[in-house]
Amino acid sequence: MSVATTPAAQTELVVSFTLNGRPVQVRTRALDSVLAVLREQLQIGSVRVGCNEGDCGVCTVLLDGEPHRGCLLPAFVAEGREITTVEGLGDVNQLHPLQRAFHEHFASQCGFCTPGMILTAKSLLDRSPAPSREEIVAAISGNLCRCTGYRSIIRAIESVAQQGGR
Amino acid sequence: MALSERTFAVVGKSVQKIDGLGHVTGRTVYVDNLTFPGMLFTAMHRSPLPHAKILHLDTSRAERLPGVGAVVSYRDVPNNLHGLLTGLGVQADEPLLAEHEVCWVGQPIAAVAAADEDTAREAASLIRVEYEELPAVFDPLESLKEGAPPVRTAYGVYPNYYLYAGQPCRRIRYGDFEAAIQKADHVITGTYRTGPIEHAPLETQVSVAVPESNGRLTVYSTTQALYFTMGLLASLVGLPLSRVRFVGGTVGGGFGGKVDGATEPITGLLALKSGRPVKWRFTREEECLYSSVRGACHLEYTDGVMNDGRIIARKVRSIQDSGAYNRTSPYGVNKNANHVAGPYRIPNVWVDGYCVYTNKQPTSAMRGFGVFEATFAIEVQMDRIARQLGIDPWEIRFRNAYRKGDQTPTREILDSVALIETMQAAAQAAGIELTATQRALSSKEPRA
Amino acid sequence: MKQRGRGIAVLEYPTGMNQGGDPSQAYVKLKPDGTVDLMIGTVELGEGARTVMAQMCAETLGVPYESIVVRNEDTDTSPLDTGTFASRATFMNGNAIRKAASEARKLLLDVAGKELEAAPEDLEVVNGEVRVKGAPERKKRISEIAAAAIYGHNTFIAGSGAFLKPLAPIDEETGAVDAAATVAWGTVIAEVEVDTETGIVTVERMTCAYDVGQAINPALVQGQIEGGAVMGISSALFENLYPYYPSTEHQAARFGELQLITAADVPELRTAIVEEPAPNGPFGAKGVGEMTANAQGAAIVNAIYDAVGVWITELPVTPEKVLRALEAKQQARESAPRG
Repeated sequence: MSVATTPAAQTELVVSFTLNGRPVQVRTRALDSVLAVLREQLQIGSVRVGCNEGDCGVCTVLLDGEPHRGCLLPAFVAEGREITTVEGLGDVNQLHPLQRAFHEHFASQCGFCTPGMILTAKSLLDRSPAPSREEIVAAISGNLCRCTGYRSIIRAIESVAQQGGR
Repeated sequence: MALSERTFAVVGKSVQKIDGLGHVTGRTVYVDNLTFPGMLFTAMHRSPLPHAKILHLDTSRAERLPGVGAVVSYRDVPNNLHGLLTGLGVQADEPLLAEHEVCWVGQPIAAVAAADEDTAREAASLIRVEYEELPAVFDPLESLKEGAPPVRTAYGVYPNYYLYAGQPCRRIRYGDFEAAIQKADHVITGTYRTGPIEHAPLETQVSVAVPESNGRLTVYSTTQALYFTMGLLASLVGLPLSRVRFVGGTVGGGFGGKVDGATEPITGLLALKSGRPVKWRFTREEECLYSSVRGACHLEYTDGVMNDGRIIARKVRSIQDSGAYNRTSPYGVNKNANHVAGPYRIPNVWVDGYCVYTNKQPTSAMRGFGVFEATFAIEVQMDRIARQLGIDPWEIRFRNAYRKGDQTPTREILDSVALIETMQAAAQAAGIELTATQRALSSKEPRA
Repeated sequence: MKQRGRGIAVLEYPTGMNQGGDPSQAYVKLKPDGTVDLMIGTVELGEGARTVMAQMCAETLGVPYESIVVRNEDTDTSPLDTGTFASRATFMNGNAIRKAASEARKLLLDVAGKELEAAPEDLEVVNGEVRVKGAPERKKRISEIAAAAIYGHNTFIAGSGAFLKPLAPIDEETGAVDAAATVAWGTVIAEVEVDTETGIVTVERMTCAYDVGQAINPALVQGQIEGGAVMGISSALFENLYPYYPSTEHQAARFGELQLITAADVPELRTAIVEEPAPNGPFGAKGVGEMTANAQGAAIVNAIYDAVGVWITELPVTPEKVLRALEAKQQARESAPRG
């Protein structure tokens, strides 16, 4: 029997948290990850599966403003806390400055890593509004991108930092 | 170097991506975002051995597990033996689901569709296979040797290498290498190798096959080629194209790794058998271990070079590790052979390009298929020649570079050449001073 | 000790599938408001296929880029495209789109000619308007023409186009074949630092220049150049799928073992785009998607030789290979006869 199917793992929990500013409540199993809960129960399409084992950062969410791999967080960790995804930053008719910058700087090719990159950048700029290039690079070095070569992403983040926007 | 002055209204402008807003808002829908009522999840039972006969396959325990919607094996595949290049006349050599033997660790044997991923994996682990191990060969150089154990024994297809019109390799014979090498001032040899590489797009391969009420099958897919994969699925499961619909066109990175139809025929079969939508998302582990990868390539060069650095004769033996099956490797070897002499005017070229099987993960196309491998060998060989003759690496390339109107070893006449110009542009961008003569060179002028 | 070196590598890259035989087809139709639906079978991988297809369609029709809707997602409505690979998408689909859009443009001008009481050959399409050449005040918006076509002239403004470089046979004895639709070219320069104590090679700067015939969208070409350069460096220096090839022992099974390059290891990058138009390419364009990731390995190996005098003839370059090569070189020096 795999770990996921043991009785303890099947224990159901109710987890209440804030998602993009709104209160939500979900019923989960003990080992369900934040990634699984957001995708499967809350229809958050931007948090995706890149590896499901913490190596790539595609599933990055902000937990009380700090970037975390959604696949490594058990859902119960979110209890009473705030989760932010890109849906909470802005939308097509009202883009967050980071979203606008990524678009204008061609910092997104296939788009799969983009939400995770934007959230990581947001967290950086909230902490450090005028980061150096080295600090930007360090912040996103845990987010893999296979398409862009990272440079357009760095340029996009720098442009927002220079504007003082968050 | 400035871009052209030709005036276009839209072409040549860096307009914003037409689909960019979806990416930055997270709204872009990828195949894994899709769910359907009653959808089942897939797991595959795979070979643990690199080479073995299948004596017995028992899927009954998997079928009985609660939550399982369908189990498929070779018995369920109308046209199990297939190949990606049958349209190019390459004989089918690979079973979708193994029937007589397994030829690589990870080869698909039987697939399960179940209510959730955990149940599907558990069911897959309940499938029982009895094997009789066979000798396995991993090194393509060993595999090519006389008396090497056969990599594949079923179907009686091919020795351990693809046959090009009955010959063991793709051949290019241009000019007269044997005569020209005698006239060379120097004979310089080199052996080079590139290793296997995984495409590793951030989105893995995913498909969802949905049986429709009108008897059609809709497959949502990450394929890089909707019609190609649709044709593959249709022929494997025995459906006319009119009954199949492929939906996709938005992919989270491909690089050549989403062409070979790893998931679609399986989800299609499971959907048809269970009557329910079936999804299969490759895990990252499956992408690394079981998807098609770029094959290793072993290249041997023998060059006849003059004192002034002109290469007058080049012989290449190129060995592509195809893994256990063809996939697209016979085509890749053709492309490799066509470019393995390099972007240089060489009047005498001899190429033997081998597509060799080994008991490993099948290899296939990846960004720069055949040319990636060739470029590594050609360009390191070029520098080794330059160093041995005491010629500057830039100069030796300028001297040998193609010009407009040159003929290639495949007898094509080049009508749009700009190698020299890219060298000049790169030197300028890097702040490297070329000689006045080098700066004045043009691809459009015949060489002096 | 850290030693610096520089190396170059050049390449050619064919556009289209080897031997050809890879068709692309396109379909264009106008809506009543003059906006344009472009139906193609190409798959968007992130490189910007949808975008450049819309640009080429807009250019051919004479309409703004913003008025194009691209649909590529459904085999019931998308015409056949062989696939997004072999650096073929822009070239093959672009040629098909030019034909389809030209056909639609002809019908547009036929209707416009009736509306403007002018011969179609005396009309031009500029930025969403059809005008009489030399008398620009005589004009109508495409939206007016499109509506008039449907409701007044019983005309469906649409066009289809197919492009195929026919499958070329290979002479089995000589290898002669008309393999490539056109050829693109490139040069890569790697500047590296080699640490002779650890064997670690760092790319400090890379310069890449590519001929793309005609950049349909320079920013997207830049994306391929940068992304390709970084992927090329990653495969040359970091990724090791089969560390004991040809043995499968310790084969990488996760990202952490694949060791893809991260933002932390991206060097300074300089780039240049050269345009030597392809006579048979749409607006002269050639393919670019693959070649940008192919020459980095050789450039780095040549730079390593320049730095420390050893040849690493097998990719990937690993610290172990560099150290073993340096050791072998040192031993050869020590055992060389003196005098």
